[in-house]
Amino acid sequence: MENESITTWEPKILAFLCNWCSYAGADLAGTSRIQYPPNIRVIRVPCSGRINPLFILKALQSGMDGVLVSGCHPGDCHYLSGNYVGRRKSATLKQFLEYLGVEKSRVQFSWVSAAEGVKFSQVIQEVTEDVRKLGPLKNFVKR
Amino acid sequence: MIQQKLREKAKELLSSKTVDLIIGYGSWTLPLRTTPVFIRAPEGVESLVWNSFCENNLTTYLHKFSRLKVGVVVKGCDARSVTALGLEKRFPNHRPLLIGIPCQRMVDRKKVKKAVKGEILQAVEQGELLLVKGEDFNVTLKREDFLYSVCQVCTHRTPLHADVLIGDPVEESPLVDLHPDVKALEGKSPEERWEFFQKEISRCIRCYACREACPMCYCSECFVDSSRPRWIEKSLSPSDLAFYHIVRAYHQTGRCTGCGACERACPMDIRLTHLTQKLNQEVKGLYGFETGIQPETLPPLSTFNPEDEQEFIK
Repeated sequence: MENESITTWEPKILAFLCNWCSYAGADLAGTSRIQYPPNIRVIRVPCSGRINPLFILKALQSGMDGVLVSGCHPGDCHYLSGNYVGRRKSATLKQFLEYLGVEKSRVQFSWVSAAEGVKFSQVIQEVTEDVRKLGPLKNFVKR
Repeated sequence: MIQQKLREKAKELLSSKTVDLIIGYGSWTLPLRTTPVFIRAPEGVESLVWNSFCENNLTTYLHKFSRLKVGVVVKGCDARSVTALGLEKRFPNHRPLLIGIPCQRMVDRKKVKKAVKGEILQAVEQGELLLVKGEDFNVTLKREDFLYSVCQVCTHRTPLHADVLIGDPVEESPLVDLHPDVKALEGKSPEERWEFFQKEISRCIRCYACREACPMCYCSECFVDSSRPRWIEKSLSPSDLAFYHIVRAYHQTGRCTGCGACERACPMDIRLTHLTQKLNQEVKGLYGFETGIQPETLPPLSTFNPEDEQEFIK
């Protein structure tokens, strides 16, 4: 029974995509019929700087196996500096979670522009594979 | 000596009405402890004391007296808290007057209690020695063996930007060592680190003493109290405890001065400073920032640099 649940397990990944770049990138991947794993659940946010680290923790606590935050490339932010601010939050949170013992590929970050449908599909593939290797998140999820 | 000078200065400040209130340390009935005292009249200054048990970070009380001109007795770490709070515009009316005392590093009463058997009834400090008495013991301990771990790794013991400095400044000590817990943990595997973290926080009773003692925790509504959105349940499940401790510590990123008030306040003896010390170390490594040193440099998460490190981003 247990074996069965392992073999049928699929990683659940929450993707926070910024409205102006990554969400449009995901859209482009879709309209261009580019394949990527169906393991992500997308939440559209105005900007990657909007991401409160609480969102990421809450997602992991609520049963997500991985979280991806994706925004515009540096210099391309619709709000000029949102992704720079987000980058500092991401860097410190990532290091801190790693220090506490949450595997580092659980929380990932990427820059995907509106023209990068192919890159979006690659990022999703990479993230899904990384999280699949780690298996289900056990130590932080609320039962 | 320092105590006498402190009382004289406090009296002078109160009589000349430079300040309305002085927050300092007073003696208390329990050994190895001091209590915060709030003095409004010049006659009251005799209750001020200075010794190795003046561990509290008194700047946490400043939020309650924002309308008064307050003088506060500060050590190195407390002065850094005031600078950090000033950057966050916490003193719109009067910046508190800092009565700085170069710190000799404070004595950890929990370590002393572990070193002796039975209840400590009296503790006297004599230079570098501690004379500790109980019902059936009477021992002399070396002060430096019983210091707080955050004090051991403290580099700026002389209060920076103090308005009045009592006693001679002590030399800036070089960073001898990292926080012992951080150092020990960094060499371990993720599973061991998570296990350590779980073991520590499993004792948590969610009394929020760590939050209350911290001078940087002043939000009018804390995320744990917020019901819309409800970030966290009011339970003692391992997951919620982890959530609380991760977020409480993370909120101190680039703001923690490493005074150790959270850990001292914890009734369950949870080691909390290794979390905040790790964050301080991160911020220093990534952005070269140390809290409370420069009164003009913005905290790292309030600003950015286009050249920031981004190797971790795909």
